[in-house]
Amino acid sequence: MRRPAPRVVALAVVALVVAVGVSAYAVTAWRSREAAVAAAPSVPATALGDVLDAPHLVFRSTLPGSTYGLVAAVPLDAPDGPRAFTDVACDRVDVAAGTASCLRTVRGVVTSFETLLLDARTWQVERTWPLPGIPSRTRLSDDGRLVATTAFVTGHSYTAVGFSTQTDVHHADGTAVGNIEGFALEVDGQPFTAVDRNLWGVTFVDDDVFYATAASQSAGRTWLVRGSLAARAMESVQEDAECPALSPDGTRVAYKKVVGTAQGQSVWALAVRDLASGTETLLPGTRGVDDQAEWLDDATLLYGLARAGEPGVTDVWATGTTPDAVPRLLVPGAWSPSVVR
Amino acid sequence: MTRVYLSLRDRPAASRPAPGASSGAGRRPARPAKVSSVVVTLGVVSMLTDISSESVAAILPLYVTTALGLSTLAYGVLDGLMQGATALVRVLGGWAADRGDHPKWVATTGYGLSALSRAGLLAAGGFAGVTAAVAVDRVGKGIRTAPRDAMIAAASDPRTLGRSFGVHRALDTVGAALGPLLAFVVLWAIPDGYSTVFVVSFGAAVLGLATLVLLVPDLRPRRAAWLARHRSRGERALPKCKGCTCDVTGLQPAGRPFRWSLVVAPRMRRVLLAAGVLALLTVGDGFVYLSLQARDGFAAQWFPLLYVGTNVAYMSLAVPVGRLADRWGRARVFVWGHLALVAAYVCAGLAWASTATTVAALLLLGAFYAATDGVLAAVVGRIASADVRGAAIGTAQTVQAVARMVASAAFGVLWYTAGRGPAILVVAALLAAALPVCWVLVRSLDAAPASEDATAGADA
Repeated sequence: MRRPAPRVVALAVVALVVAVGVSAYAVTAWRSREAAVAAAPSVPATALGDVLDAPHLVFRSTLPGSTYGLVAAVPLDAPDGPRAFTDVACDRVDVAAGTASCLRTVRGVVTSFETLLLDARTWQVERTWPLPGIPSRTRLSDDGRLVATTAFVTGHSYTAVGFSTQTDVHHADGTAVGNIEGFALEVDGQPFTAVDRNLWGVTFVDDDVFYATAASQSAGRTWLVRGSLAARAMESVQEDAECPALSPDGTRVAYKKVVGTAQGQSVWALAVRDLASGTETLLPGTRGVDDQAEWLDDATLLYGLARAGEPGVTDVWATGTTPDAVPRLLVPGAWSPSVVR
Repeated sequence: MTRVYLSLRDRPAASRPAPGASSGAGRRPARPAKVSSVVVTLGVVSMLTDISSESVAAILPLYVTTALGLSTLAYGVLDGLMQGATALVRVLGGWAADRGDHPKWVATTGYGLSALSRAGLLAAGGFAGVTAAVAVDRVGKGIRTAPRDAMIAAASDPRTLGRSFGVHRALDTVGAALGPLLAFVVLWAIPDGYSTVFVVSFGAAVLGLATLVLLVPDLRPRRAAWLARHRSRGERALPKCKGCTCDVTGLQPAGRPFRWSLVVAPRMRRVLLAAGVLALLTVGDGFVYLSLQARDGFAAQWFPLLYVGTNVAYMSLAVPVGRLADRWGRARVFVWGHLALVAAYVCAGLAWASTATTVAALLLLGAFYAATDGVLAAVVGRIASADVRGAAIGTAQTVQAVARMVASAAFGVLWYTAGRGPAILVVAALLAAALPVCWVLVRSLDAAPASEDATAGADA
């Protein structure tokens, strides 16, 4: 038998080392994850029905363990107490008028994404349609008849087109109102047709009027825009305002605003704009936020924040809307809060 | 002319004598030699490296947004880096390969940089680290492409150059399809197992690099071309002696010095012009996928996977279309292959949507890549002088890449002003109109002799 060439032997050795090394790493990673899930302290849980009967907060639970990622609810009067779990996993969730909108990642050999509409009482799926990318934001109109979703659409491979967000509005029956990127847009009264414009983070005023974020990547600018679904048109309200959230009384809009950069990344803080007077109040205490805020009441904002040093774990904080407001931790291990009264 | 064929074919034959390949001068073998083992090995290297790159590319958005918790805009910056970094280093990579006449070394540098970037991803924390790792990977990709294609051209029988590039691109695309699949399987088994994906990716990159270093011979295209033009020992300035072995070690000249004028010789200019014009009418795949998704539920549901359909078509058509190019004319297939793109645009732009038109658009897009990507390298690889082949291929790919970037930007404007369907149909019409013009531009190239003879004659 002929001896294989030394180069072939060397390659075989490299292949063996790589195979063994990669497998060992994968097995270790898998085991340590299993161990972490098993070792996680069980999250105190309570019955779902009781919580849903009273005013409550619905959110994605991010405490480690077997319930990670599931939608949960806590009573508004005991937000850091035991939580009631549903069996639905969502990346973003919003509830209005008995309907829940849920954006989720369907992991598998091929990963895909979808929007679910659920009954916010039974948590049974009523409708589902595909989402074109990674879940980013969702909001329902107050009467639960309109659903806005923002997904983060990425290139198909590294040779394809770059990133963009896609923000769609649907009726609750699943029929599409449209991708608001296709709506006419005016910035400071001028038609705005930049190629790289993106829109995200819708908040509804009623079943026609909405606020959202418009951005041009090349210009590096963002705007708070006010739009009409019927007119399929939007116009800018002010610059540098992302992910708006309308207060329950409809008089103010909260949004995130760039207040600095760290490591080449924008750093945001929340700000509130009084719609009648146009005055803006910055909330420096919320520095580091990257979320679409939610109003707990007309004077309190909720927002999620990643917990430092614990990847994947987030907390929901509450803050007043005065410049000196100091945020307080409201729900540990939570994300994407939605207030239900 | 025949002697050029032989000289070019000799190197693969040196490592593994192909049947008929080393028969006497002046007699063509009945069947062309098999695809060189060098080409297949380079294909395997590309496959492994693509598994490495695409597995990371597929999960990077998820990683950046969910694991690092960065905003989507940050990812936009990252993606821009990915696009921009490669275009210009391609020419440099080709130039360095020609200049030193060791394309393997330059390619090794490129593949090595990409492997290094995987290790960097493992160590990187935060946005800055990921950004740096991505940029290094892209530079590596830019550097290696032209020298690798020059090696494929040098190792192949010029008569079956199209097939050789087809084989390479098919293997390459297998990697591009396997990579994301592998990554998602890992994430499925280990949620948040991003570091495991990076380790798998690093492993594949190391394996690809090792295959290149250990199995691919150190081809010397310039020296080989010089030897082909200087057949006798006298011409080679070797001492005349009977019974000496025809050992060429210690032979001084490595071919003619590199000259940019050769890169943009008249025939190359025609190719660059045609490739540039056609690329200006090639809008990004993303737009095609988006317009499919906008009107068809099937496309929307499988949106993240549409590229798989394109890749499958590309993979299975690369070799047959390469063979067709060898038989029918490579410039001809390159130009008329854009008809597949016209058809894909029409399928995507039509108002009435169905699963059938969506699938047809995806397959046509794959056919377009099969008919143009490797075939362009084959066209250039044949008409460019061996002395500047790397730089010529690199230049052609850069012209194409830059023109496509311009096209995507311009198309975006059209997209918003005219609407999705009309915009894409307008481009289809323009492209269809440009095809005959480009064909007139390059039609003479298929019949023309390979560059070696022409330039050798001019040189004498």
